[in-house]
Amino acid sequence: MKETYNINEKGYYGEFGGAYIPEMLYPNVEELRQNYLKIMAEPSFQKEFHALLKDYVGRPSPLYFAQRLSEKYNTKIYLKREDLNHTGAHKINNTVGQILMAQRLGKTRIIAETGAGQHGVATATVCALMGIECVVYMGEKDIARQAPNVARMKMLGAKVVPALSGSRTLKDATNEAMRDWINNPVNTHYIVGSVVGPHPFPDMVARFQAIVSEEIKSQLLEKEGTENPDYLIACVGGGSNAAGTYYHYLDNETVKIIAVEAAGLGIDSGESAATSVLGKEGIIHGSKTLLMQTKDGQITEPYSISAGLDYPGVGPMHANLYKTGRAEFIAITDDEAMTAGLELSQLEGIIPAIETSHALAIFEHKTFKPNDIIVLNLSGRGDKDLQNYIDYFKL
Amino acid sequence: MKNLIMNRINQKLKEDKKLLSIYFTAGYPDINDTTTVIQNLEKNGVDMIEIGLPFSDPLADGPTIQASSTKALHNGMTSELLFEQLKDIRKSVSIPLIIMGYFNPMFQFGVEAFCNRCQEVGIDGLIIPDLPVDVYNDQYKDIFEKYGLINVLLITPQTSDDRIRFIDSVSDGFIYMVSSASVTGSSSGFGNEQTDYFERIASMNLKNPQIIGFGISDNETFTQATKYAKGAIIGSAFIKHITNYSISSISNFTDKIKQSD
Repeated sequence: MKETYNINEKGYYGEFGGAYIPEMLYPNVEELRQNYLKIMAEPSFQKEFHALLKDYVGRPSPLYFAQRLSEKYNTKIYLKREDLNHTGAHKINNTVGQILMAQRLGKTRIIAETGAGQHGVATATVCALMGIECVVYMGEKDIARQAPNVARMKMLGAKVVPALSGSRTLKDATNEAMRDWINNPVNTHYIVGSVVGPHPFPDMVARFQAIVSEEIKSQLLEKEGTENPDYLIACVGGGSNAAGTYYHYLDNETVKIIAVEAAGLGIDSGESAATSVLGKEGIIHGSKTLLMQTKDGQITEPYSISAGLDYPGVGPMHANLYKTGRAEFIAITDDEAMTAGLELSQLEGIIPAIETSHALAIFEHKTFKPNDIIVLNLSGRGDKDLQNYIDYFKL
Repeated sequence: MKNLIMNRINQKLKEDKKLLSIYFTAGYPDINDTTTVIQNLEKNGVDMIEIGLPFSDPLADGPTIQASSTKALHNGMTSELLFEQLKDIRKSVSIPLIIMGYFNPMFQFGVEAFCNRCQEVGIDGLIIPDLPVDVYNDQYKDIFEKYGLINVLLITPQTSDDRIRFIDSVSDGFIYMVSSASVTGSSSGFGNEQTDYFERIASMNLKNPQIIGFGISDNETFTQATKYAKGAIIGSAFIKHITNYSISSISNFTDKIKQSD
């Protein structure tokens, strides 16, 4: 059998993935596992999904040739403009897909976790669109740090519940969402926000985000006469924008893959979120993957200036890409990311999300050839991060 | 499997009585309380003990056990320290002892090394909520049996009959019946929905006896649950008791649970 970097029949990417969940969650996860591919294949589902992506999200997102950035680094850089989507990031591709899935499963209540609030906003948005009750769990600390997104969710009619346990950030919000699902096993669907969690979530979310690489193929063909770039670049927290960027190229090894993680204050500083380097194999939120943990197996709290990258684990697809060497993983510090964000703003007139700024910092790290075609996922816009940028640069 | 017949859990299950099992978090309230709590529970007529190995992200637990776990970790509890604390426990108690914990700390310790240490200190079984039955059956069952350990599997009101039969076939001690769709420490009292479920399971004639947990907090819920099952497990209510009083007042708690015996 041909080697694949995609998921296998048992729900694993190589040795990573699976569904390590308490029996209380089994009926929900199993219901989803048995139905998600069937539902996604239904013509009526595909029709509704693509109509919403087009008219509501605003797809296809442009593949933009960044002329001045390319000149500066003497290579050919294309930006996949997910920042232009409705709600300002790639996150909505997944929430549109999952809300349609939830409807077809007969669910009448939606829960979600959120860190920076982007996935929470994208979930609250589709729930408003469909008129479905929405509860978003968010760490108490993040609620304080991300006030504008909390306000957006409330404006959209969602209930925002603070996660008060543990470190009161994204991983604890995820725990609280899972506890809610245990307590509400029949009427509720959990819209997981990244390619993490128990199978089938990593695969389902990757498939919804795969619209990104599907578009890249046809857009690049039009612009460069080939579907295949030399490099694909994306930032990785849980890894959903990266999974979407890589999806159709996973098994096409002529296309090189680069995953950019957040080094925080530096890999060895003790304040980092570079899971591939600092993590070890283990179980987090129902998935066997690489995660940051103590020697005794307690999950630790990562750090990054970007609230979207400070997840202690990484999606099992990416753990496998790292382990097999299919993808090159590079860690970018807070300072390098912020500098790259400012540079893109002033070279191209695009203010990127700080998550995306990490991916953009690659060009100071790695030299590409003049003829290399590079596609970088500009996963989100920087509006939500303005205060951070202002504080950092004392603008 | 033959070495599981003499396992203390299976010996206890043969006794003609309803069993009271108590959960507590190792290293709570103080780091050195683990063995004292075990000894006091046995002295006060408890039938079985679940020693909670604390985890940073206990996603099947409610606020009470989250808090006791966080405190125990803060106190410095680890897998290694727990085994160290338990190394002489069999000199003082003969009660069945089960370690309840999440899979990641065991996975990091090494599953076989963990089971080996369990056997050395005299642990009789494990409850690992996030180790699914199919993974256990495919990868770890032989190791558990090699070290004479019973793996206690969970069922819930949503578990299908087919899956209950499968879980029953893989189990060699008792089945942990989660009383309702909830995390630990939820509101007390059982309604018709629970009693219907208890009756449904009781009528399935499973080969393994069932012990009910989650939502058992006092004499009333204990009595209700044991009408249908071999025993019941109390966790959060006991943690609350030792948090509010002290580990020297365990008899006040156990006496109240068993008042009508």
